[in-house]
Amino acid sequence: MDWGALHTILGGVNKHSTSIGKIWLTVLFIFRIMILVVAAERVWGDEQDDFICNTLQPGCKNVCYDHFFPISHIRLWALQLIFVSTPALLVAMHVAYRRHEKKRQFRKGDQKCEFKDIEEIRKQRFRIEGSLWWTYTSSIFFRLIFEAVFMYAFYFMYDGFRMPRLMKCNAWPCPNTVDCFVSRPTEKTVFTIFMIAVSSICILLNVAELCYLLTKFFLRRSKKAGNQKHHPNHENKEETKQNEMNELISDSCQNTVIGFSS
Amino acid sequence: MSWGFLRDLLSGVNKYSTGIGRIWVAVVFIFRLLVYIVVAENIWKHEHDEFECNTRQPGCENVCFDHFFPVSHIRLWALQLIMVSTPSLLVVFHVAYRENRETHHNQKLYKSPRKIDGGLLCTYLISLILKTGFEIVFLVLFYKLYNGFKVPRLVKCDVRPCPDTVDCYISKATEKMIFLHFLVATSCLCIVLNLSELSYLIFKYSLKCYLKRYIKEHQ
Repeated sequence: MDWGALHTILGGVNKHSTSIGKIWLTVLFIFRIMILVVAAERVWGDEQDDFICNTLQPGCKNVCYDHFFPISHIRLWALQLIFVSTPALLVAMHVAYRRHEKKRQFRKGDQKCEFKDIEEIRKQRFRIEGSLWWTYTSSIFFRLIFEAVFMYAFYFMYDGFRMPRLMKCNAWPCPNTVDCFVSRPTEKTVFTIFMIAVSSICILLNVAELCYLLTKFFLRRSKKAGNQKHHPNHENKEETKQNEMNELISDSCQNTVIGFSS
Repeated sequence: MSWGFLRDLLSGVNKYSTGIGRIWVAVVFIFRLLVYIVVAENIWKHEHDEFECNTRQPGCENVCFDHFFPVSHIRLWALQLIMVSTPSLLVVFHVAYRENRETHHNQKLYKSPRKIDGGLLCTYLISLILKTGFEIVFLVLFYKLYNGFKVPRLVKCDVRPCPDTVDCYISKATEKMIFLHFLVATSCLCIVLNLSELSYLIFKYSLKCYLKRYIKEHQ
């Protein structure tokens, strides 16, 4: 059980995302989770062992480390990634619920059901409309909130995104004021700025996706209203064309992401 | 043999659960198991090495650490995760028993072996009660062993062979306290989910029973 398991869970959601959603997922896995696991964990690995204070007073190092790092960067990032990935599960649950309903209809022998067998239902890709649209949009909204909260918590806890080389500590039992030296401060600053930058890109992608969904929603509504007035049959042809275009875009993106995941 | 086993067990359980049960599995997977493995284990990794006492007396640090941490937080956490996931096995076994019976007698004995009714409902309710029970027991254990859910920076130790009273310092005290609170919060969330599922199932099946009887009486 590790990040790989999260990747498996979220991979399923990929099929039902928009193109921007798929880009977001790719950025999340490659530039955040993978960087965290292969690079950042090594940089922060020896953080307490190599945190050195200029004193022989036992306990001073422990207390100063605890004072300056109430919660380590690496742990905050891991929590941020877990919380930010979780709203996608809402979409996965909604899709699973819809599939379950369709399977139930199919088993009852409902004439309305257009599928030939259970396998087709399992492989079907749902369009983001109706209640699924609301679930999807809420999940993006929660993602944005979590990202912003964690970025703020980071900024608030560490007074900016720089890691200083030297920290002055006067917590008891340290005698007077003691100089404490952080290990690898420059490397840590570089990775911190990198992670913040990628977080910001993810926030922008989420905002773009939200705007795209809202625009699509309002366009669809105004089209429906317009069509109902003038051409009751015309909307089907237009929608079919749009469907085909969407399928083409999403399939090409899916191929890119499948290539990455395999 | 590792946490992957627990993950496979929980995935299996997911198939036979109600909607709330699936949310419970997701919460345990992501907010408890995943957080434990990728975050918490690293915080408590060197807790003994980093535990420092203000003395040169050999053996004092060992004795004080043992006195203040009879069972480490991280081990209690792991035990809690295992104990809380295991009652779901009862449901898995019961479904397997039902399917076995159908194959053995070569006829359809149940409407659907996986549907939660009759004996399977009892098993499901028992597993929910056990899960909730284990959660509460472990929370109480944490509270009693560590005097609340605090992790102090400094503890005063006067166990032999330490001379008089010695100051001992716990490493990463604040971080440990934050994650302990996180553990408590997720435990409470799981208790709430279990109790909701329990009430939902009891309500649903009592209503069903009552309606059946009402229809029978009026026929």
